[in-house]
Formats: sequence, C-alpha cells, structure tokens
Amino acid sequence: MRWVTAQPTRRGSLLLGALPLLVLAFGYIIAAAARHADNPADKILPLPGAMAAAMAGLVFEADPLSGQYLFWADTIASLSRLGMGLGIATLSALLVGLVLGALPPVRATLGPLVTAIAVIPPIALLPILFIVFGLGETAKVALIVVGVAPFMIRDVAGHIGALPREQVIKALTLGANSWGVILRVALPQAMPRLIEGLRLSLGPAWVFLISAEAIAADVGLGYRIFLVRRYLAMDVILPYVAWIALLAVVMDVALTFASRRLFGWAHLGAR
Amino acid sequence: MSLLSLSNVWVEYGEKVVLERIALDIEEGAFVSIIGPSGAGKSSLLRVILGQEKPTRGRITLDGAPLPAECGPDRGVVFQRYSVFPHLTVLGNVLLGAEFAAAPFAARLFGSARRAAIAEAEAMLGEVGLGDAKDLYPAQMSGGMQQRLAIAQALIKRPRILLLDEPFGALDPGIRADMHQLITRLWREHGLTIIMVTHDIKEAFGLGTRVLTLDKRRHDPHAPHRYGAGVVYDLALTRKQAAEAPPPPVVDPPSITIDTIGNN
Repeated sequence: MRWVTAQPTRRGSLLLGALPLLVLAFGYIIAAAARHADNPADKILPLPGAMAAAMAGLVFEADPLSGQYLFWADTIASLSRLGMGLGIATLSALLVGLVLGALPPVRATLGPLVTAIAVIPPIALLPILFIVFGLGETAKVALIVVGVAPFMIRDVAGHIGALPREQVIKALTLGANSWGVILRVALPQAMPRLIEGLRLSLGPAWVFLISAEAIAADVGLGYRIFLVRRYLAMDVILPYVAWIALLAVVMDVALTFASRRLFGWAHLGAR
Repeated sequence: MSLLSLSNVWVEYGEKVVLERIALDIEEGAFVSIIGPSGAGKSSLLRVILGQEKPTRGRITLDGAPLPAECGPDRGVVFQRYSVFPHLTVLGNVLLGAEFAAAPFAARLFGSARRAAIAEAEAMLGEVGLGDAKDLYPAQMSGGMQQRLAIAQALIKRPRILLLDEPFGALDPGIRADMHQLITRLWREHGLTIIMVTHDIKEAFGLGTRVLTLDKRRHDPHAPHRYGAGVVYDLALTRKQAAEAPPPPVVDPPSITIDTIGNN
C-alpha cells in the first residue's frame, strides 16, 4: 500500500475525520481541568459545565431588560443580515456576471469597473457605508454585499466567458439569438458555478458580518461576542464560536447538496 | 446554379494572409472533403462559410443570395469537440433547435408543440442510433455517441449545408468506421450537402464526392506570411455520385498525382 493511493472506506474516513476533533476536545478538557486545579475561579478556559450553565441562561431564559431570549435573538438577527447580504450578492452576481460573461461589449465596458471594486478591501469601505447608510441594518447588509459580490460576479463572468466558443456558434446555427444563448446556454451553466461561488463566499461573508456587528449593533452573534469579551466571558464566547461554526457547516453542506440535486449534470464528471 | 459559391475570397489576419483567391462552386448534394497541411487555412475556410468570420475580400453566395457574415440555421455544424451542451440531456440537446425557432423569447416549448417536437427529435435520435439514450447527459456518453448526438442536433434544423470540422478526429478507429457509415447513410437519405474538413486523407477520399486540397501555391522564404493558401487540387470523384453504390471503396491516396486544374 502506498500513501498516495490509499483510499479509506466510508466508515474509516468518518472515524479518521472525527479523530482530530476528539483529540482537540480532549486536549481542551485536560488543559481546562489543569487550570481549574490551580485556580477554581479561572475564566480563561471554562469547563464544559460552566459553559452549559452560561449558555442555558441565554438560550432558555428571557433577558430581564429586553424580554428577549438573547441567544435566539442574536442568531435570527445575524442570519437575516447574512441571508439578505448573500441573497443580494448572489442575485447581482447572476445578473451582472451573466451579461458580463456572455456579451463581450458589456465585458469591455464594465469589466474594469468590477475589477477596480473587487480589489478594494471591503472593510476600508465600512466607514463610508456607516456614513452613507447610518448605523442601522442597511450598512451591515451593504458591507456583506460589497465584500462578496465582486468576487462572485467575476467568478460567474469568468466561467461563462470561458465556455467553449463552439457552444455559442452551435447555438447560433440552431437558430438562437443573443438572448437565446444567454437563456438556454449561459444561464444553466452559470447556476452550479454560482452556487459554488456562494459556498466559497460564506467564509468572507461571516467575517464581514461579525466585523460590522462588532463595530455598531445592538443584537447579533458578533455583537454578543464582542460585548461579553469585556467580562472575559469565555464561557459564552466559546459556545457562540462553536455555534457560528456549526451554522456555517450546515450552510455549506446544504449548498453542496442542493447543487447535486438541482444540477446533477455538473457533477457527473466527478464520480 | 450551384448551391454555395465563393468568388475571389481572401482571409487575412493583419499582415498574415491565410487564404487567397479562393473560387469555389459547390453543387447541391455534394460531399466535399477539404484536406491540407496544418495551417493551410482549412478551418478558416470553414469558419468563413459558417459565418463565424468575415472574409477580408470576396463574395460568398448561398442559393444566389449573399451570405450574411453571421451564423444562422441555414448552415449546421459539428465540431471535433464541444458541439453538444453538457447541461441538457440527449433529448434536450436535440429539442433545442426547435425551441429556439418556435419561441424566440422563452426559448421553450409547451403542450402539443412540445410533444410534436419531441416526436420529431426521437425519430432523429433513432436515425443516428441514440434511440435508447435520450435521457443521458453528454458526460455519461462516449465520444462517438456525443458526435452522433451533435449530428442529430444539427440535422433536425434541416440545414442547407452541413459543415463538419474534423468531426471524427478524436474517435477510436473502430468507432470512426461506424461514424463513416452513419454519415454516408444520412447524406444519401436526407440529400445533404456536406463540407468536411479532415486530417485523414483516407477518410477524405472514402467519404467525399469531391476532394479539395488547400496549400500555398507560392512561398516567399523571407516572408512566409505574405502568401496565403489556395485550392491546389480539386478532384471530382465521379464514380461515387451514383447514390445507389454500397459503402464506397476507398481510393488509394498515393494515386493522386494527376493534376486536373493546372498547378501554377
């Protein structure tokens, strides 16, 4: 057996994948237990029991000031911002990316503009967004859009632009006009790529969301983490980070699954 | 009057002359093979006839009318690769032509129009031997099956001319022989006019009723780009125009030394 050709079985790869996670969790518990043996009031590495107790207060008990279940209010606020930002970015990537990729004159006109916007670090635009849109929801959603849309637009446009020339010629000889080529040749082949682009944009989108919430918000997962940081409340921060990771993984898996279900033809080569 | 007529066609890319003084008349029902060394402008000639490129000079007429310099449904094409759409099933690929023609805005058919188009598409798929494969995607098919599909897809539009750009170049020899039989049968049954570019001399003579050889007539060693290629041999394989002949005997390529048009 050689390492480069070894193929673990399905069960084997599940076990292998779980191993580092278990080692990490075990290592954390050992380190936390050691610190608590020295100082029972340690806050830096809270024990699982302390985390559960802290989270129970946020998950199951309404906040006495606002009357909200903070954990759920944070989750809903963050997810709706993320959903709106990613939704707008995806839609604009589809529309702009499609015409940019399929119509060379449009690419010549707008391509440099999209490239120029894409190279600006989005966080540098955050002050402008706050000034223009105020400190409300719009600025946070706008940051996500500005952050991920240029990448997605360029990805879709590049993919459509790289479709074999023969396909377009063939469609024209079948009686298509430019609209027909966009609708029946470019659009269907853009869709799986768009979903892939969306999946890859999830990470940056979370970064922009947490950044915007850290700076100006009164609810949200990122806001909560940065708020409780002042009290060294690692027993809240760590579960929140784990929850964010879980949400991100679920979205990633759901998008992969949706792409396989809806655009099976695009995954035939990868069997 | 001939179906397709080229008079004094030149193709130049900047300084570089690719084709010069091309004058051709192609009759309806002909099967024209175009051969020639690499870089002799075989594909350029095909692209000009297809309308993908505009000739620098000269005039091309189809049925007596000047040919617009854009691709249209009167000229079908099969390329060596990428002729079929990976996101459509076999049936969807063949239906596409009918959908573009009948529904310019939605590019889709519904109801009875769709059922009629499906029936026609299935008949065409049966003719090329893909009757049982209509729900497969191109990625699930072999290269030969994909080319069969590309041919069916082009033929359903009933083009005046079918252009083939090295259509069998990427196939195994056995599959290629099957495809030769298929294209010969379709050519006879549908009364097609075919122009095929190929690298394979045996294929060119085996299938064609007329073989054109493109090459440079003149060569300037100090500026090789100054002279383009022209038609140096134009051989009519008359014995094959009788349509009842069985799969035609292959003419032995080395016998082509007779110069029928005066080699200047």
